[in-house]
Amino acid sequence: MSEQKIDGFELKPGFKGMASDTGSDQTMFKGVHWGKAMMWIFLLSDTFVFSCFLISYMKGRGSTLVDWPNTSEVFSLHVGSVPVPLLLIAIMTFVLITSSGTMALAVKYGYEKNRKMCGWLILATAVGGLTFVGMQVFEWSKLIHEGVRPWGNPFGASQFGSFFFMITGFHGFHVSIGVIFLFIYTYKVFAGHYESKKRGWFTKMKGDYVEIEILGLYWHFVDLVWVFIFAFFYLW
Amino acid sequence: MDETNKMSETAKKEEQTSTQKIGIYLWIWLLLFVLSFFSYMVDWYQFQGMLRWSLILFFMFLKAGLIMAFFMHLFWERYALVNVLLWPMTAIACFIFLMTAEFKYTVFSRLFYFVVGGA
Repeated sequence: MSEQKIDGFELKPGFKGMASDTGSDQTMFKGVHWGKAMMWIFLLSDTFVFSCFLISYMKGRGSTLVDWPNTSEVFSLHVGSVPVPLLLIAIMTFVLITSSGTMALAVKYGYEKNRKMCGWLILATAVGGLTFVGMQVFEWSKLIHEGVRPWGNPFGASQFGSFFFMITGFHGFHVSIGVIFLFIYTYKVFAGHYESKKRGWFTKMKGDYVEIEILGLYWHFVDLVWVFIFAFFYLW
Repeated sequence: MDETNKMSETAKKEEQTSTQKIGIYLWIWLLLFVLSFFSYMVDWYQFQGMLRWSLILFFMFLKAGLIMAFFMHLFWERYALVNVLLWPMTAIACFIFLMTAEFKYTVFSRLFYFVVGGA
């Protein structure tokens, strides 16, 4: 690691490297594409948004005197006549992890300039995301049909509905935006925009496969948030 | 000599992140599936109390860590970026601590004034 150089600046490893990178009076994030750094900063701010939602949920659930709805019953699905707890949520989790894996591979093949493989994997990711959103629509309509509203529900504490719709809704919105961009980048990869160095929109940046990694960061973040929602909202 | 040296440095910069072997992604992928299955099993077997909460948190942090470290490449990033991203999480931990105290106080107030009926 220590022999690696960027613009004549020697990259030291570990915390020494952090100190010299930060105090180098040049770019702070050595070897990190600016788009990638900006995506990370955005994701950091998004982390705070989701944290605020989950913390307000903790506060709401912790301070109510009425029993919280039993999530494994509320979110159960009937297979035949047997209720299976959290079945749909489990499938949604597996779909999202699958799409996260295909995205990770797409980034890898992108850097290897394997255009076809990268394109197909991004398309697979987009289809996975679309499936997830579809199942969420089903989940919402089922709960709304059963009488869950932001101001009350037949299962228990009335705060349940507002937290459920706010948190899963905001996450679903992120997934939907991600799916739109995944389809756009599927087109861009298959059309060879990164081979012809075609410029993107809103930017003078020449097209490069690093954009796929930036897209991947966003998509993995969506999966990351779901890990926390799954743990705190559905399992807790 | 000087010119070629500069060329190779530029080439290194252009190269961006070196690609990892496919095996590591497939292992992490498999591990995420297994961990998700385990955390689903926590609900399936209806573990309760401290066991349930500690298992949920354990699987959650492990999954989150794997996604961030390997899928989001933080394991291979330089400390300057990693530390900028991870230290702000302590602010969230503080917020959780504060709001825990807050909801306990709210529950106390509700019990005291609405259930017990005040002093």
